[in-house]
Amino acid sequence: MKKTLFDKVWDAHVVDAIENGPQILYIDKHLIHEVTSPQAFNELKDRDIPIFRPKQIVATADHNTPTTNQHLPVQDTLSRHQLEQLSKNCADNGITLFELGHKYNGIVHVMAPELGITQPGMTIVCGDSHTSTHGAFGTIAFGIGTSQVAQVFASQCLLLTKPKSLRVSVNGKLKKGVLPKDVILYIISKLGTNAGTGYFCEYAGDVFENMSMEGRMTVCNMSIEMGARGGMIAPDQTTFDYVEGREMAPKGEEFEKKVAYWKTLPTDEGATFDKEYFFDAEDIEPMVTYGTNPGMGIKVSGNIPTLNDVSFEKSLKYMDFKKGESLVNKPINYVFIGSCTNSRIEDFRVAAEYIKGKQKAPNVTAWLVPGSKLVEAQIIEEGLKDIFIEAGFELRQPGCSACLAMNDDKIPQNEYCVSTSNRNFEGRQGQGARTILASPLVAAATAVEGKIIDITKHLN
Amino acid sequence: MEKFTTFQSRAIPLDIENIDTDQIIPARFLKATDREGFGDNLFRDWRYQKNGDLNTEFPLNDTSYIGSILVAGDNFGCGSSREHAAWAIADYGFKVVVSSFFADIFKGNALNNGILPVQVSPEFLKILFNHITNSPETIISVNLEHQTISIKGTDFSESFEIDPYKKTCLLNGYDDIDYLLSKKEDILAFEAKSEQIAL
Repeated sequence: MKKTLFDKVWDAHVVDAIENGPQILYIDKHLIHEVTSPQAFNELKDRDIPIFRPKQIVATADHNTPTTNQHLPVQDTLSRHQLEQLSKNCADNGITLFELGHKYNGIVHVMAPELGITQPGMTIVCGDSHTSTHGAFGTIAFGIGTSQVAQVFASQCLLLTKPKSLRVSVNGKLKKGVLPKDVILYIISKLGTNAGTGYFCEYAGDVFENMSMEGRMTVCNMSIEMGARGGMIAPDQTTFDYVEGREMAPKGEEFEKKVAYWKTLPTDEGATFDKEYFFDAEDIEPMVTYGTNPGMGIKVSGNIPTLNDVSFEKSLKYMDFKKGESLVNKPINYVFIGSCTNSRIEDFRVAAEYIKGKQKAPNVTAWLVPGSKLVEAQIIEEGLKDIFIEAGFELRQPGCSACLAMNDDKIPQNEYCVSTSNRNFEGRQGQGARTILASPLVAAATAVEGKIIDITKHLN
Repeated sequence: MEKFTTFQSRAIPLDIENIDTDQIIPARFLKATDREGFGDNLFRDWRYQKNGDLNTEFPLNDTSYIGSILVAGDNFGCGSSREHAAWAIADYGFKVVVSSFFADIFKGNALNNGILPVQVSPEFLKILFNHITNSPETIISVNLEHQTISIKGTDFSESFEIDPYKKTCLLNGYDDIDYLLSKKEDILAFEAKSEQIAL
């Protein structure tokens, strides 16, 4: 029988199946962080159950960490307590932790791929919906709730009903200035935020084949924003080259053996999907969102749609936008380049290339937050830091930061923020803050101009 | 976990689509390390005005509505995987959430915390909203065993789907950890076999 990439990875991990019920899926790697793990550790302790496979768990501190003065004790008492709890839980249970200040510390979905923890053909879970990021490697990776974190602690397995399969194909050549972020914002704007619910999505076609691993991660990261549990891209030479030589990746003969297996994973010719969508690369333009869910996106030169719908109108009211309005020339005071969607070195290279020799507009506060200590080090090493500082940008220390504003990095009430993060929900970046999602290029241009511009006109 | 069989109550209508988990419990309240107390901050930014006063227009603050059933608009629980959203709903006292569509992770989190997500047709959801807003004393009845939801004193009734395994868990108050631990031998055998096929 012809199998999809998803089928192959899933089927290889099924321990057992309950009749008329879910399957027991074996989990290769379990990533944890400070926010969604403490209650799971407590539950195991209360029930006197040991952690079954501590060596398959990797922990980091990211959601709740400050992005300045990381060498000092964390000032917020609750945050500090949560971080201490993670350190204690990991120490007590023999779990590898990259805590604040560690050279490998970073956002869970940035540090795991860059250390070679993420490899093709794996099953990876984490108490965070953007675990879908790791699907870029041809991995089944998805976010779980804390009760499920406890299940994986106890058994290294999860009880799951196999999702349906969905394929999104994008073929053709992307236009100048169209980044992976624009591709996924475009797909979600076309399909809506619940098109993927109940499905695992495979991205296929030239556009993804020609995309870098970092771009693929950006795309898979936002699969959850169209409702899918995860997104996947078939592993290929780009994938193998990325994984090879990384700290925790297999080495030498072991690596070659793995590659031979990984090459068997791509979807068989003629395999069928429960649902399929096709798009042309030429139709995609740089995107911005105008509403309060990631599906409310338009090309930057486009206009906000006109609809008579209560939820749509509520959303526009929150954003203080009008039906039919263009966002070009809209003054913007905050720009955030960071998050597990766009805080990798390529994102900062794109931003630096645009910013070089220019100055940030005086009205803009521009935060650049690397995804990990390693990305931070690369920014310095490649001389990007100098470009940013000279242009008036603020380079902060790694963490989730203003993506979800759990730490002090909050956008003030009623302010607009052009942000490379993944969610424009009400209050996501701070109470009353208004988020406009965009690519690192559009974000950098907004910071320089102090307003949204039609970037396509500036590229030629 | 408490057993769930049948349940009836008045309901609170929240006729808003795409309610994401950031609205159910904003991120700034996720700093706790236990599961209790999240109900105080359920729908925090909708329940309270910016100056901290109660927003009397929000249905949870409307004294004409009471009950342990939350009836919400389409695509409820999208966004973050935070189980704190389910804990907040349970802690506030809701036992059932009704919508025409639930996000996957939220649905799983709800079931793992003894909250029953009842997915109804858009038509039935509309009928529910109409009944509750016209007569806030309307009683909604949910029967897990027969998988039905009905409006008491009317002929309006609909059946709903639930995974048979999850249904058994709720009816008996079991959870997944107990089941998985009973399968330890199979898990060990799988690990031994997987080493050979070089996963």
